[in-house]
Amino acid sequence: MTDSHGRLPRSFTTPGTSSFLDFLAHHDPSLLPTGRTLPAGDAPASTHATTIVALTFDGGIVMAGDRRATAGSMIASRHIEKVFPADEYSAIGIAGTAGLALELVRLFQLELEHYEKIEGTLLSLDGKANRLATMVRGSLGLAMQGLAVVPLFGGYDLQRGTGRMFSFDVTGGRYEELEHHAVGSGSVFARGSLKKLWWPGMPASDAVRTAVHALVDAADDDSATGGPDTVRRIWPVVAVVTAEGYRRVADDTLAEVAAQVDGMRRATESGGGAR
Amino acid sequence: MSMPFYVSPEQLMKDRADYARKGIARGRSVVVLAYDEGIAFATENPSRALHKISEIYDRIAFAAVGKYNEFENLRVAGVRYADLRGYSYDRQDVNARGLANAYAQTLGTVFTTESKPLEVELVVAEVGHVAEEDQIYRLSYDGSVADEHGFVAMGGQAEQLTERLREGWAPGLDLAGAVRLAVDVLGSQPEGEPRVLTPGQLEVAVLDRTRSRRAFRRVAAPALGTLLGQPAGDDAPTDGAATTDGAAPDVSAATDERG
Repeated sequence: MTDSHGRLPRSFTTPGTSSFLDFLAHHDPSLLPTGRTLPAGDAPASTHATTIVALTFDGGIVMAGDRRATAGSMIASRHIEKVFPADEYSAIGIAGTAGLALELVRLFQLELEHYEKIEGTLLSLDGKANRLATMVRGSLGLAMQGLAVVPLFGGYDLQRGTGRMFSFDVTGGRYEELEHHAVGSGSVFARGSLKKLWWPGMPASDAVRTAVHALVDAADDDSATGGPDTVRRIWPVVAVVTAEGYRRVADDTLAEVAAQVDGMRRATESGGGAR
Repeated sequence: MSMPFYVSPEQLMKDRADYARKGIARGRSVVVLAYDEGIAFATENPSRALHKISEIYDRIAFAAVGKYNEFENLRVAGVRYADLRGYSYDRQDVNARGLANAYAQTLGTVFTTESKPLEVELVVAEVGHVAEEDQIYRLSYDGSVADEHGFVAMGGQAEQLTERLREGWAPGLDLAGAVRLAVDVLGSQPEGEPRVLTPGQLEVAVLDRTRSRRAFRRVAAPALGTLLGQPAGDDAPTDGAATTDGAAPDVSAATDERG
C-alpha cells in the first residue's frame, strides 16, 4: 500500500475525485469486480439470492427480503441477509448471484461513506441511484455469463421529504418505481400480492405487514423464496427508512407480524385455497 | 562552470525545519484531549465548510494545523488509505497506528527529498472501547511521531497551551468539562486577559466511544453553547454569515447527530 520510500503513493495524494471507485480504478483496478476478466465457458452453479420487495408508505419506504439462498435445486442458506443499509438514509436489496451481489453492496456502502467523508455532505438520493446504476453497468460482462446482479434501491429523499425507490437492469438502466416493486425469482407473485394489499398513505406498521405478506405469497409459489421460519425463528429482513434514518425491524415485532399474516390467511382459507 | 556553494546537511535541515515551524506557528492552535467517554477536539475556526478536524474511519479522526491545502491533501489520502484497508481486509483491521506510520513516512520523505517541507502538524486519534485503549499520535512536519497520553496542543504557542492543559486536565473528565477546558486553553494569551470564544468561532468534534459504529460526531454551535454554559444567542451574527456556505453543512450536521 506504500511505495519504495514508505510514503503514501501518488494516487493517494492526487486530488480530484471524491469517489472510492474512481480512486481504486486508478490505484489498483484488479481489486474492482469490473477489473477482472473471465475465462471462457459457463460459470459453475453458485449461490443465488432471491426475492426483495419494497413499498412506499406515509413518511418513507419499507424494504424486505426473504432469507433463502439457493444453488440449483439445493437450499444453500436459510439465513442469508439480502437487505442492507446503503447509508443513513437509504437501503439496498439484492437478487441474483450472491457472491457478486454482496461485493456490490460492500462497494456501494463504501462508495457512499467515502464521498460523505471527503465532501462533508451526503449525496442526493438521485446521485446515489445513478452511482449504483454505473456500478451495475460495470458488471454487464458477468451478467452475460449468467452471473447477473439486480439490486433494488430505496431511501428517504431529504430534499423532497419523501420516500423513493429505484430498480435497475443489468445494462445499468435506472428506473424510478412508484408505490411498490419487487425483484428476484419470486417477484411476479410478490408484485401481485402488493398490487392488492397496498394503498396510498398507509402507516409504517401496515407497510411492514404488507411487505411480509408479499414475501409469504412469493414463498407460496416460488421454490427459491423462503417464508418466515417459525420453527427456527428466522424472519425476513425488514428495513424501514424514514426522515429519522434507516431502522431494521426487530425480530420480536416480525414474529407478531408473521402471526398476523398467518391469521389473515387462515381466515380466508376454504379447502386449500388459502391466500 | 560555477560550483554551487557548499551547505552542510545540518544547516540544510535546520533551514527547512525553521521554514516549516514558522508556517505552522502562523495557524490557530488545535487542542485534543481525552474525556471519560471518548476524545474531544477543539480549534478556533469560524468557517463551517473548511474543517480542521475530520472523520477518517469508524473510530479514527484527524486534526491538523498549518497550510490548508497541504493537510487537506493528507486528510483525503488518509480516508483513501483507511477505506482501502478496510475493503481489502475488514473494518476492524483499520487502526490509527498504521495510518500514523503512513503519514510519518510521507512527511519524512517530503521533508528530506523535496524542495519544501510540508507546513503541517497532525494528530491521528483512535478511540478504544475503554479509555486505556485510546490512542493519540502527534505527527510533525519532519515525520517524527509522538504517542501522546491524555492531551495534545499543536499550532502557534503549543508549548504554553500544553502547559495549561497539563494543569487543568485529569483522567475521567466529562465532555462538558473537557470542552470547557479546551476552550479556556484556546482563549488564553501569553499576556493580558484571556479572550472569550463564542460557539460560532469554534470547531468542536468528538470521537464518542458509546456510539455503535461511526464514533465521530461534530458538536454544532447550539449544543456547544449548552456545553459551555453560554446562551446560543451570542453567535447570531456569525450564524448569519455561515448561511452563505449553503445548506450542505446543515445536512451533515443533522446526520452527525444520529446514531
